[in-house]
Amino acid sequence: MQRVVITGMGIYSVIGKNLTEVRESLYAGKSGVIFDPRRKEMGFRSALTGMVDRPQLKGVLDRRLRVGLPVHGEYAYISTLEALQNANIDQTFLDNREIGILFGNDSSAVPVVESVDILRQKKDTMMIGSGYIFQSMNSTISMNLSVIFRLKGINFTISGACASGSHAIGIGYLLIKQGLQDIIICGGAQEINAESTASFDALNAFSIRESEPAKASRPFDRDRDGLVPSGGAGTVILESYESAMRRGATIYGEVIGYGFSSNGEHISMPNVDGPVKAMQKALSDAGIRSHEIDYINAHATSTPAGDSNEAKSIDAVFGSSKPLVSSTKSMTGHEMWMGGASEVIYSTLMMNHSFVAPNINLENVDEFTAILNIATQTTPMEIRAFLSNSFGFGGTNSSLIIRKM
Amino acid sequence: MQNEEIIRKINQLLIDEIEIDEKQISPTADLKKDLGIDSLDFVDLFVIIENNFGFKMKVEEMVDVRSLQDFYGYITKNVNPNNQ
Repeated sequence: MQRVVITGMGIYSVIGKNLTEVRESLYAGKSGVIFDPRRKEMGFRSALTGMVDRPQLKGVLDRRLRVGLPVHGEYAYISTLEALQNANIDQTFLDNREIGILFGNDSSAVPVVESVDILRQKKDTMMIGSGYIFQSMNSTISMNLSVIFRLKGINFTISGACASGSHAIGIGYLLIKQGLQDIIICGGAQEINAESTASFDALNAFSIRESEPAKASRPFDRDRDGLVPSGGAGTVILESYESAMRRGATIYGEVIGYGFSSNGEHISMPNVDGPVKAMQKALSDAGIRSHEIDYINAHATSTPAGDSNEAKSIDAVFGSSKPLVSSTKSMTGHEMWMGGASEVIYSTLMMNHSFVAPNINLENVDEFTAILNIATQTTPMEIRAFLSNSFGFGGTNSSLIIRKM
Repeated sequence: MQNEEIIRKINQLLIDEIEIDEKQISPTADLKKDLGIDSLDFVDLFVIIENNFGFKMKVEEMVDVRSLQDFYGYITKNVNPNNQ
């Protein structure tokens, strides 16, 4: 069995467009949530969203490599460029090695809407052009990036709802651990637009605290009233320890545990047992005990039921050691398909810079969330190992454990 | 529209929309070999031509269109059918 390490990270998020900006935002407890007037005009119940500028890639990437990229593919291109630079991997290295890509992504709504709008208006498929097909498939991120970076290893997309990015890292870890790949570009990408979130808004699951966007995402707080959709992209370079050593790579952490489960119950209502099982399996896979985890990056999205059930789950597994817990979604909003990957990056940044980012907006706990040891302030501390939770519709659960080397 | 104007417009569309290097634009340039226009770019050209010249290119009519000069001829013939 191979040991699996993180040798590069890149991030394009609503709290920063690179690792440095994001680390500073995490430390400062800065929110990336805004009010989007267009959503209100369109009839959204909540116009709150995380927001980041669209990258400008004209002049950076050839037209043929750009036209198939949806906007969240552009985010992923930027985060992957940073991750490869961070890993000290250049195009020559990519050309000469079998490098894979596994990205978490579960939608690409705008290209679907736009191409069908053209068809309805023009009544001729020839007026749709060449880019929309490649932009609109769920595999758009891995499909495009594998061509842009000329990758020759494993190449597919993991769609596991809001745990997609976490499962992508988990599956990448398993493939490297088994010796089937040396290096895999893993990550998650999430589109930010009204079209992709309208049907989610219809579930009454979003916060309507529109008068205070930065205070709307408040995981574990008594007065939480729903999640805030968000997005961006995060990339993690997973590599076998042997390969990393051979090329003298900087190691940011070691992936030691991946636990997964499915609730087998309701399509949208989370439960307690499923997450408990995922966390226990991750601990078992890592071969460590609960008290060796110093920090938990909770899935906690700021919904009443989800946060309560996760609090119970964490307490069931970590009740005796009570590690520090925070949900970075309090700052970023819910990055959905991207969140499992970006939250590993946020937590690894914390681990490497010896602090725990605050769970902002936690003013009052309720009877369920009071059982956790939640970081309400930026907390300087050494993190030996952290666990990152990601859960999604259909009851999919993923827990990853990363330790410092 | 005068043929010269059509040619000028085609050149500008190739530069702006397909991002062909202006220095490569020459009537004798082979669309595929010299300008690097591939099968997917042709799909986009269908859209660009209809939006800018108001007629639909047909795949079967493109078989003999190899050089930029051929392409100018094909477009002008369709835009100004009575001038041929």
